[in-house]
Amino acid sequence: MDKLLEANELIKRYSQGNVISRAVLTAVDNVSFYIKPAEIFTLAGESGCGKTTTAKMILGFEDITDGELYHNGKLQSPHEKAWLTEGVQAIFQDPFSTFNPMRRVDSYFHETVQNFKLAKTKKDTIDWIDQKLRLVGLTYHDVAGKYPSEFSGGQLQRISIARALLTDPQLIIADEPVSMVDASLRMSIVNLFKKLRDELGVSILYITHDLATAYYVSDRIAIMFRGKIVEMGTVEQVLMNPRHPYSKLLRDSIPQADPKLRWSDTVTLAELEHEEYMRQGCRFAGRCPLVMDVCKTVVPPDIAIDDVLVKCHLYTEEAEA
Amino acid sequence: MKVLRDLFRDYRFTISFIVLVFIAIMAFLSFFSPYDPTLWNVVPRDMKPAAEYVLGTDSNGQDIFWQATFAVRNSLIISLISGLVSRVIAILVGMIAGYKGGNVDRVLMFIGDSLLVIPLFLIFVMLAMMLREVMNLVTLGLMLALFGWAWDARLIRSMVLSLRERDFTTTAILSGTGTLKLVLKEYMPFTMPLIFSTLINNMSWAIGLEITLAIIGLANLNIPTLGTMLNWALFYQSILLGRWWWILTPVVLSLLMFIALYWLSVSISEYLDPRTRIQRVGA
Amino acid sequence: MSEEKQVVLRTDHLKSFYVLDMQGTRKIVKAVNDVTLEIYEDEIYGIAGESGCGKTTLLKTLFNEIVPPQRLIDGKLYYRINSEEVDVTTLSAEEKRRLRMEYISYIPQGSMSVFNPVIKIKGTYEDFIGSHVDGKNREEIFRIARERILELGLPKNVLDVYPHQLSGGMRQRVTIALAASLDPRIMIGDEPTTALDVVVQRGVIQMLKDIQKKLKNTIIMVTHDMGVHANVADRIGIMYAGKIVEEAPTETIFEEPRHPYTQFLINSLPKFGDKSTRESVPGSPPSLADLPTGCPFHPRCPHVKDICRQQMPETTQLDKNHKVACWLVEEA
Repeated sequence: MDKLLEANELIKRYSQGNVISRAVLTAVDNVSFYIKPAEIFTLAGESGCGKTTTAKMILGFEDITDGELYHNGKLQSPHEKAWLTEGVQAIFQDPFSTFNPMRRVDSYFHETVQNFKLAKTKKDTIDWIDQKLRLVGLTYHDVAGKYPSEFSGGQLQRISIARALLTDPQLIIADEPVSMVDASLRMSIVNLFKKLRDELGVSILYITHDLATAYYVSDRIAIMFRGKIVEMGTVEQVLMNPRHPYSKLLRDSIPQADPKLRWSDTVTLAELEHEEYMRQGCRFAGRCPLVMDVCKTVVPPDIAIDDVLVKCHLYTEEAEA
Repeated sequence: MKVLRDLFRDYRFTISFIVLVFIAIMAFLSFFSPYDPTLWNVVPRDMKPAAEYVLGTDSNGQDIFWQATFAVRNSLIISLISGLVSRVIAILVGMIAGYKGGNVDRVLMFIGDSLLVIPLFLIFVMLAMMLREVMNLVTLGLMLALFGWAWDARLIRSMVLSLRERDFTTTAILSGTGTLKLVLKEYMPFTMPLIFSTLINNMSWAIGLEITLAIIGLANLNIPTLGTMLNWALFYQSILLGRWWWILTPVVLSLLMFIALYWLSVSISEYLDPRTRIQRVGA
Repeated sequence: MSEEKQVVLRTDHLKSFYVLDMQGTRKIVKAVNDVTLEIYEDEIYGIAGESGCGKTTLLKTLFNEIVPPQRLIDGKLYYRINSEEVDVTTLSAEEKRRLRMEYISYIPQGSMSVFNPVIKIKGTYEDFIGSHVDGKNREEIFRIARERILELGLPKNVLDVYPHQLSGGMRQRVTIALAASLDPRIMIGDEPTTALDVVVQRGVIQMLKDIQKKLKNTIIMVTHDMGVHANVADRIGIMYAGKIVEEAPTETIFEEPRHPYTQFLINSLPKFGDKSTRESVPGSPPSLADLPTGCPFHPRCPHVKDICRQQMPETTQLDKNHKVACWLVEEA
């Protein structure tokens, strides 16, 4: 199978404190996944689950404590910048802070074309930029000479995607790209991802806490909890039939836009986040409704059931059978 | 132009602007002085202000008005040297420390913080004594500049620290922009207002220190500055002898300069602060 | 809605604008533009709208806190206090202050700014409650606070810790408990769950519903998340460009939305188990300082007619609880 990007047992540890007392926090703990060409892969989870740290490691903005990253089967060395060598680009959460308010938006486009030597003449440059902007439903004319404050959030997010497309990337990393876009414009961004995948064959690593759009747009999904992937598989399998108790909780906690699907049962909320990171065994054991003795001491293994990877002791027997 | 019009709405800005223009004209007049400021006894001594000698003459036989034009010019030169050179240091240190972080940041900020905590005045006295032989406008300006950047470098550093975390920094990096270009193009525009208002503050600080050093006799007394004028006036006990025009000229001029610079800086920083700007342009 | 329900808060053609003087040119931001609302006792009223539609300003106006550059231009705001309707915009500052916490309380979005970071939670409680409970001593205040905290299922030691020791979700719940501590008749929440993670959000929503059930009071809640509205609100008002364009019970809004904007909002929401293509509303929301003529939605509306460009439609009462401001409905 072709793998555009493969992460193999990525680990990120932060150490806090001083020389005398040091605490080590494992923000990303043995995370392995891969992304195929022309695929939208979702990394979902709550804040502090390590999904953004994972994205930063792939981009090279965070050092990798341990583990390997492969682009097209080639090991990425720590000094290589993925956006320079491997055609990886990124878009961000807040479209209003993506561009410097004191700079004209089109200057980013010209600069990118120049830095990556994408065109020779001025006319070629503008054609190139125009072509990319048209992919997101804009034209060079719409953007030329304007400052970020002259656009709406939805427009800026589309401009941001067009900028990422300038270098013809194979992979775009999108960190919560719609959480700050107006509700009425949200789907235009999400639909754009589908279009990029289907028409240009671009893969997207979609990082979100919104499982509803994740279900709508992506092919495969990994649910992260406190630094670990607890369940991974196709969105149909993982979201329509979640196996890990945490995936179930997360899936059920998405407020459904249907008054008939109101919550009836109550939830137990987390203890301090920090304590869950430090927990031995399964990190969800503290509030898992199906907790067993083994969960509190032994870290559950990755168990494969029907192409879905689940990190939970509940399925140990099933796997053995 | 819009900016200027808004600024002139504040009476403090208008007044200080007029005062500074007046002082600048005065400094410029020094080029037309009929006398060499270093020569003594070119005019009759101790004359009261009159038509011939507008501000009178002093016990050295110098015309106070023309002497004051040189004094203002030289004081401005010192403060400009100090202000501009310390700005360059502050920008460099602040930007490098803020952008690089880590050990570079720690070392640079350690030097800066040391300058903030040691009593600078004693150092100036010591240095001025050591540099007596080569003391002139430039050395004095540079000496003040070398010690007057620490606080402003800290301000710039903290600004860069927060700018570095903004997404547009990453956008620029992903667009293939190099570090130097990034800092100059992305961060400089944000720090400009801060640099400008700290420049004014630094200038009035430099003028004040120059006066202090001159009064205690640590400046080159042959070069007329506001400080050396005061020194001579005190040396000849002009207050005791009732030669008020002599002592009052540098005192009034320096007061005007301090107030004008202070109001200018307050007015500009209030204008640049979005919260106070709303109050000012009114609802 | 049963007939007996009393109107607890009523607005009459409320208009509240921001009047700004930017570099010599006058700019008027029409944030609350002719809003007429009737909010009942014992209900959760949801206000839905996008960023920049004026929903936060509407809340501030309903809370009767109007500070310049915001100005009340026109209209009336009534609270029902001791079964008497009071025009609260005419009250003195002291009378307004007395109503807060005791009659109407506010739940902000960011709970960190509520608590003083250097004093313990109970210190903040003392400040907030102490200024409203006359003649009662500290012990009495803490008794009230503790009772409410225990009733709402929060750990009882939360009063004795510093704000930073609590997680974001816990802090938000403590903020809500604080807002509820004097049994206010109306509680106003401005995106009270938006900054939270989904699981925590669910806990906070659960708590809001518990409070409402216990106190039988009114909660007015603003959020852009239709999923949250579907879960908590009894009735929903859809706000667009400073106006309430549609208002109906939650089921009606989700099942038979009549305004094209509401239809877009509802239909664009992705659902589990349904991957069919969803479309966004075309165009962008208008600026409140530069509204289009006629119906503010007309530049984005697929059913636009000539009259939409010229005149704002009146609010039509479709049935007892369903109101829409749209020419399509008016003419049908």
